[in-house]
Amino acid sequence: MTVLMTVLMIAIGGLLAWILLYVALKGIHALNWGFLTDTPPGNPSDAGGGFYNGIIGSLIIVGLATLAAVPLGIGCAICLNQYAGGRIASMLRLVVDVMLGIPTIVTGAFVYAIWVIYFGFSGYAGALALGLVMVPLIVRATEEMLRLVPRDVQEASYALGVTQSRTIVSVLLPTARAGIITGVMLAVARAMGETAPLLLTALGNDLFVETNPGNRMSTLSMQIFTGATGGFTNAQDRAWAGALTLIVIVLALTIVARLVSRSSAVGGR
Amino acid sequence: MILRKTVLAAGALVALLASASVGSAKPAAPANSGAAAPVQCSTKLLVLRPHYPDPVKPLAGAAGALSGAGSTFVAPIMSMWAQAYSKKGTNVAYQGIGSGGGVSQIDAQTVDFGASDTPMLDTELAAAKGGPILHIPLVLGAVTVSYHVKGVASGLNLDGETIGKIYLGQITNWNDPAIKKLNPKATLPDEAIAVVHRSDSSGTTGVFTDFLTKASPAWVAKLGAGSYGKVVAWPVGLGGSGSNGVTALVGQTKGAIGYLELQYAIAGKLTYGNVKNKKGIYVTPCIATATAAALKTSFPADMRASLVWKGAPNAYPITATTFALVYQKQTDAAKAKALVNFLTWALTTGQNFPATINFAPMGKILQQRALAQINKITLDGKPLVKIPISYE
Amino acid sequence: MSTASHGADVRGARALRTQRLRLADTAFRYLVAGSAAIITLAFFATAFFLVVKAVPALSHYGLFSFIDSTRWAPSEAAIAKPGVNPYGVLQFVYGTVLTSIIAMLLAVPVAVGLALYITDVAPVRLRKPLAYLVDLFAAVPSVVYGFWGIFALLPELHPIADFLIRVLHPIPVIGAVFAGPFFGPSYFAAGIVLSIMILPIITAICREVFATAPVAEKEAALALGATRWEMLRISVLKRSTAGIFGASLLGLGRAFGETIAVTMLIGNSVLAISTTIFGQGATMPSIIVNEFTEATEPYHLSSLFVVGMFLLLITLIVNVLGKLVVSRISETIA
Repeated sequence: MTVLMTVLMIAIGGLLAWILLYVALKGIHALNWGFLTDTPPGNPSDAGGGFYNGIIGSLIIVGLATLAAVPLGIGCAICLNQYAGGRIASMLRLVVDVMLGIPTIVTGAFVYAIWVIYFGFSGYAGALALGLVMVPLIVRATEEMLRLVPRDVQEASYALGVTQSRTIVSVLLPTARAGIITGVMLAVARAMGETAPLLLTALGNDLFVETNPGNRMSTLSMQIFTGATGGFTNAQDRAWAGALTLIVIVLALTIVARLVSRSSAVGGR
Repeated sequence: MILRKTVLAAGALVALLASASVGSAKPAAPANSGAAAPVQCSTKLLVLRPHYPDPVKPLAGAAGALSGAGSTFVAPIMSMWAQAYSKKGTNVAYQGIGSGGGVSQIDAQTVDFGASDTPMLDTELAAAKGGPILHIPLVLGAVTVSYHVKGVASGLNLDGETIGKIYLGQITNWNDPAIKKLNPKATLPDEAIAVVHRSDSSGTTGVFTDFLTKASPAWVAKLGAGSYGKVVAWPVGLGGSGSNGVTALVGQTKGAIGYLELQYAIAGKLTYGNVKNKKGIYVTPCIATATAAALKTSFPADMRASLVWKGAPNAYPITATTFALVYQKQTDAAKAKALVNFLTWALTTGQNFPATINFAPMGKILQQRALAQINKITLDGKPLVKIPISYE
Repeated sequence: MSTASHGADVRGARALRTQRLRLADTAFRYLVAGSAAIITLAFFATAFFLVVKAVPALSHYGLFSFIDSTRWAPSEAAIAKPGVNPYGVLQFVYGTVLTSIIAMLLAVPVAVGLALYITDVAPVRLRKPLAYLVDLFAAVPSVVYGFWGIFALLPELHPIADFLIRVLHPIPVIGAVFAGPFFGPSYFAAGIVLSIMILPIITAICREVFATAPVAEKEAALALGATRWEMLRISVLKRSTAGIFGASLLGLGRAFGETIAVTMLIGNSVLAISTTIFGQGATMPSIIVNEFTEATEPYHLSSLFVVGMFLLLITLIVNVLGKLVVSRISETIA
């Protein structure tokens, strides 16, 4: 039976290798410097071109979402850990846990209902949707890290006469810093891969590099989706290169996040 | 006078194409009308450049970015136009989300212009938040019936009733006697038919179901009042998102049949069939046969017309034009000027591009009628341009 | 300068500083509470606006008419007779549940096996890397799973599907579930990719649950002569059924909400329920992403919000249940 389990483990490892290698092999063909710096060709069935506009769009939209989600998420985690009493804390924790489970398409529909209908499709709407997806991830990761900081560190700070807020900012957060960074990086990796909510909010901008988030933007994930579901082999090739790029970015973020958490001052997992 | 010139122009076009075609079995001359001989199109890409003159100077103060969305049918040519036009200083961001999406978004005013292969319905026009909407035809194209059948090349003969029965799920195998009857010389394998249709709200669906409504009594009998539209209650089949998605599904699924624009079929390396038209002739979709269908269409004042099932011998029965949907009463000066400039350019210089990717440019009369629509666009009550129109 | 007045100055300065510090402290507290409030507000606003946007269709057709009918035909909305709801959502619920069940049937046994292996069987040095390996499955974006699914997985599925059709279809009663033909995009294909996507979360939670099995019991079983597998069965699995159940629920919640990979592989056929797993269908997320930006028919957009509402409801119920079960377990151990 244990032999069976070993075989199972090897098989699963093989499955992961199959997925990653397949994407890598298909993507390596079309991945060149031009792919990273050019926009798609005017005629979508033409060869060449790249996803430069999608890469820029991803950076801008995910960047904006991170800017909004990190302070909110860390603030909420601090509230949970430091200030909220029993009942409120457990209710707040429940809300955050539930938010973690909301399908991202539903978040997209929500942002469409409150933003896109009034202001049109834009990078801001996309960033809003991604921010809502990232916040619960950051809250949970930060709260777990804060819980791991030993209580006596805090007590010592109070004994020295430091106010609670100052303690949090100067003692607690720096101690938990590595874990918080890990949580943020994992949330960013998740947001980079999101497609569904963006289809409803940023809509896409296939040809041009758009740096103004007030206009429609495309992201790497959306361009992959368009190329993957289309019938032109050249567009598919570009999409494979895009998929490889995306996987490399996401894996890099994930692996670096793990390394950072291992160097954490508290309870590195 | 106009009619005579049109017929002369059509005849000249046909003669030109006939003389230029290389290696095709039969010229596209009407001499064989009535017989069941299929009309062949040249497989060589004909580069037809009408070189329409640019009648007015672009308006100054136009916005640097325009946002459009809608039909995936027109997406390849729209993409080429946007790429070329960006050198003139305005980026036209167009997203192919389906004609239904184009109508929906222009109604809600979340985009500057929409694009749809079928004219808007009265209910859709009534729901437009910004007032009356103009239909401006941009380019002509053919909707092919493409398939992926082992051992069968392009040129399978299909008629409306057979296609209708396939899409109803009543004909389920490629070696069905109904298909065999239309193609006595073809070897059809024993392969299940995988019907592919659109999963999104599509003008191409509207054009295709318009054809089925006019050509397939079985289709109308089953679907009744809902037999035609951008969204139809498909009895069977796989759904692809956008013409792109249908192209992908037909290319990847053995035994598939799907309806998609000609450029998608050619660029996606799909095989497609000859469809029987109103005159009983099996017509190959191509620039010439799409043009022939358009020449036979009369457009009313608001330009809402269908090019499907026209009575010319070499008219392809599933032809369509894509309409740009713009508000007549514009309120944003910069955007309005950019719209007028871009659309005028697309209807003049832009008409040199379509033939390079298997779309057909519009004939002179239709092009002038489209430009006349642009004259109707007003800003704060005053028209923005006065393009001289001549139907000569 | 007299000591008294100097002392008063210092005390005054200190009092001012303390007051300022206290103000900063209070301001910080409000800031932090504010972010918690904003997040809570965002959550309730999501649920609220979903319902608000769904109300027009709900009040026009009535709640039960949506789950009563399997026919989603927006083209008939304008011509429908009063009392008939053209927006039946039952087949989306069916599609969501069926693909999720297929995913669970494949993922749960594998996850349990992997978790057991990682916590108890694997060499100690390999345990963390193997755990990371399984977690890496979660890092692959959904759109890449769909892409890989179409080009790498579907061709490999053809022989498997043909085999299943040949062997299982002739069986009476359940044979209808395995009717061909298999074209590629289907509930089956979507279910398989979904199972790969929910594997990491079920494995991770099972790992945590198995890790709480008391070492003493495991040692005792081994001391009494049990084989490794018997020990695992007796000391770990038997006490972890609730935990596995909770993990499965959380995986199910994740499966319900998955959109892009499923849309790319399920075939997008919305008219009726297909009884065979090799048929095409649609799920609640897939119909939303496909039709949302183009809903022009009367009550079309509102009906999509109804679908979103149902989706949010079943996902929340399953997630909250799963969380309760799993947290109850960690409580009893701790």
